[in-house]
Amino acid sequence: MKQKDIAALLDEPACAHNAKSKSGCARPKPGSTAGGCAFDGAQIALLPIADVAHIVHGSIACAGSSWDNRGARSSGPALYRIGMTTDLTEQDVVMGRGEKRLFHAIKQAIESYAPAAVFVYNTCVPALVGDDIGAVCKAAQECWGVPVVPVDAAGFYGTKNLGNRIAGETMVKYVCGTREPDPLPPGSVRAGITVHDINLIGEYNIAGELWHVLPLLDELGLRVLCTLSGDARFREVQTMHRAEVNMMVCSKALINVARKLKETWGTPWFEGSFYGVGDVSQALRDFARLTGDAELGERTEALIAREEARIHAALEPWRGRLRGKKVLLYTGGVKSWSVISALQDLGMQVVATGTKKSTEEDKARIRELMGSDALMIEDGNPRALLNIVREQQVDILIAGGRNMYTALKARIPFLDINQEREFGYAGYTGMLELARQLALTLESPVWEAVRRPAPWSIPAVAAEA
Amino acid sequence: MAQIVKRNKALSVSPLKASQTIGAALAFLGFRRAIPMLHGSQGCTAFGKVYFVRHFREPIPLQTSAMDQVSSIMGADDNVVEGLKTICAKSDPALVGVPTTGLAETQGCDVRLAVKTFRDQCPEFAHIAVVPVATPDYSGCMETGFAAAMRAIIDTLVPAAAQAGTSPGRRRRQVNVLAGAHLTPGDIESLKELVEAFGLRPLVIPDLSDSLDGHLTDTDFSPLTIGGTPLNELETLGDARATLVIGASLSPAADLLRERTGVEDFRFDHLMGLEATDALIHALQQLSGAEVPEKIVRQRAQLQDAMLDTHFMLGLSRIAVAADPDLLNGFSRLLAGMGAETVAAVAPANAPVLQRVAAEQVKIGDLEDLRLLAMEHGAELLIGNSHAVGSAAQLGIPLLRAGFPQYDQLGGYQRTWIGYQGTRQTLFELANLLLSMERGEIHPYRSVYACKPDHREVSDAAATPSETHRLRH
Repeated sequence: MKQKDIAALLDEPACAHNAKSKSGCARPKPGSTAGGCAFDGAQIALLPIADVAHIVHGSIACAGSSWDNRGARSSGPALYRIGMTTDLTEQDVVMGRGEKRLFHAIKQAIESYAPAAVFVYNTCVPALVGDDIGAVCKAAQECWGVPVVPVDAAGFYGTKNLGNRIAGETMVKYVCGTREPDPLPPGSVRAGITVHDINLIGEYNIAGELWHVLPLLDELGLRVLCTLSGDARFREVQTMHRAEVNMMVCSKALINVARKLKETWGTPWFEGSFYGVGDVSQALRDFARLTGDAELGERTEALIAREEARIHAALEPWRGRLRGKKVLLYTGGVKSWSVISALQDLGMQVVATGTKKSTEEDKARIRELMGSDALMIEDGNPRALLNIVREQQVDILIAGGRNMYTALKARIPFLDINQEREFGYAGYTGMLELARQLALTLESPVWEAVRRPAPWSIPAVAAEA
Repeated sequence: MAQIVKRNKALSVSPLKASQTIGAALAFLGFRRAIPMLHGSQGCTAFGKVYFVRHFREPIPLQTSAMDQVSSIMGADDNVVEGLKTICAKSDPALVGVPTTGLAETQGCDVRLAVKTFRDQCPEFAHIAVVPVATPDYSGCMETGFAAAMRAIIDTLVPAAAQAGTSPGRRRRQVNVLAGAHLTPGDIESLKELVEAFGLRPLVIPDLSDSLDGHLTDTDFSPLTIGGTPLNELETLGDARATLVIGASLSPAADLLRERTGVEDFRFDHLMGLEATDALIHALQQLSGAEVPEKIVRQRAQLQDAMLDTHFMLGLSRIAVAADPDLLNGFSRLLAGMGAETVAAVAPANAPVLQRVAAEQVKIGDLEDLRLLAMEHGAELLIGNSHAVGSAAQLGIPLLRAGFPQYDQLGGYQRTWIGYQGTRQTLFELANLLLSMERGEIHPYRSVYACKPDHREVSDAAATPSETHRLRH
């Protein structure tokens, strides 16, 4: 990928970060950098497309320590969970045999696994050597008649976020608009209900949490043409251009997809979240609003009233246990505000939140939710997080899995909120799981046990007294 | 001698291999107040970190030279210098390891020159050890990277005897232990106990049982390793009575250490099974001049008893093993010693020790190869890492988790496989897994002449039951 193409991708007019200096896209600092590379980001964004053979073109480090590594669930094919890589050898690199190996690798994947499509992820070594993966993919597609899509996101191009964008860009460029949606399945038509087609962009179906939301969308007559990319199929991605409304779920990472679909196909989009009672309701209302279907609006309000009443009753006992507990939330982007409202729904107090990846708009929403003296954490190195925990007398740290063992070593209750987690928190129903997981760690007897000194280390005087 | 079958397909499916870079990082993590800085793009480190965090369930200190687009093209030696400065200023480590990646090597980095530049520019950090090592991920595997780092550590930090004034045996009780990548923290802990039982003092390099054994400390956070071999101990290697080398992969490192220090060494390919453990204990007994402690004699007898108990299940059983070469070799030898057959053996990269594997063939390949070979040869049980869960499920046979990574269950890092006790536990587990298969079960046969009413119910539900009531009174 050329430098000017990368610059173009970093220029995202729909992103509030864009006007400012590229804080999120600054050059990483040697010796003091955390987080994934562009390849990581691209793979995370697309890997959940379940019926695709995902081939990592490169030496082993890229695929070897990352395959089968995420919580995204599929309701059907499991092909996406099979790690595939060209596993380049020294000979391949020195003799320039990478392209040839890739070509045969694509053939092997198609012959062994009959995928709906093949995605080829470029990585550092072949990018540096100069393998033309675009040309190989094109030739392979012509040879075997299966779509072969090059995802040119080598690690050194930049951060995970850039990789997300390259992934989105690739889908818009190569896949969206290459097929028309199927007619509605027979028997799915209900009298008086107009079905509207929508996309969920940036929803990854972590731990299957999309399935908490999908029944509600079904009930309302909202057909999800495609989720990009949780539990998606290749043929669904092809039809994304036909949606009436796009929802950007919980992340700015794929914002370029929403923008481009708007530019090219005129699809309106909104940004929303499925975390927290209020946010789920808001998302449903936004769909109704943007479709302009008044009748859908009425049914949506009825559904919201019913579901909110149900979930509030179910959450009541949990609120008693969680009320007033202090939370330090350290997570990126939209989740910083969407999870805040979810936690406040449970009566918890969010004393500080991470804003490293948040936009000015996100921060404004955070202030709205937490008050103007909200403590925002830009640099979330483990030492800084632990200091805030102590200063603010935080009861629980909610963050990504990377910080889990930092918290545990410091004997602090912890909840994993990022993509590796094993529990789904989305939708009204997801709130119950969230409450359960919070109570599980907060109320655990192990905290007292691990803080308790050994009996023989307590001074004798104190023991006698 | 096992025949080595090389890779013959373009695409690696369900990879078994982890990179050399990761292996080198693991070696550095066994030293106290250490941190590896991978010389590559930030993703190399991010993936490595997640890999180790999921396996050990511990915070893992790992940094990156953060090569970006410009430095990948124009040269990234400055990144190494800058990264070293940052880490040294921030955390004051005892040791920074700098393993290279495929990216850095392809770009043509001169990591030694970069370290020298750092030394010239920053005399204030002269007390901090820095060990560069070339570990591109397009050759070797985790085990070779670990071994390369071990050699580099010795090369950089262990002075020659003449220069340092060390002499073998001056520390009469000290025994150096070079511990290979296939040993878990649990293995190393157990090995230390065995050495100590003879009144000897083991100095383990690297000591993962002290850094990654999963223990709580009083300090709440450390950007460096919180345990492991203290770096200053490396100066005493030359005074040791002897060196034990565990793992054939460490031969180059062991050769160098012997050359530098003149300390005699005892080399073991692995420590699994009666024969291998006997060799270790015999060596310890000779070194210490002491009797073998009663406790160990007892453990040996317990293992022998377990071998008798389990040979009924393990004898002629057909096992498929996928692992890095030393671990693969160890398992194959253990199984052969029980009369079991390693019918499928897969390693991610070639190594001399693979010729000693107790199997007809060793395939250099991935977990797809393992599955196909296991199917072809009718394997009854798999031994492999967590990635092999899917393979085992497809084959419908049980899996014994061993090697890296193990993320779907807890505690893999602390399992003890070696010694009399570790072997005994392994045998029990293997036998139990095989028992769960209900092998040799003979399906009931129902004779056409049978007069068993329950048979009739099965074959002819219409038969009249009244006759059965005519008892002879």
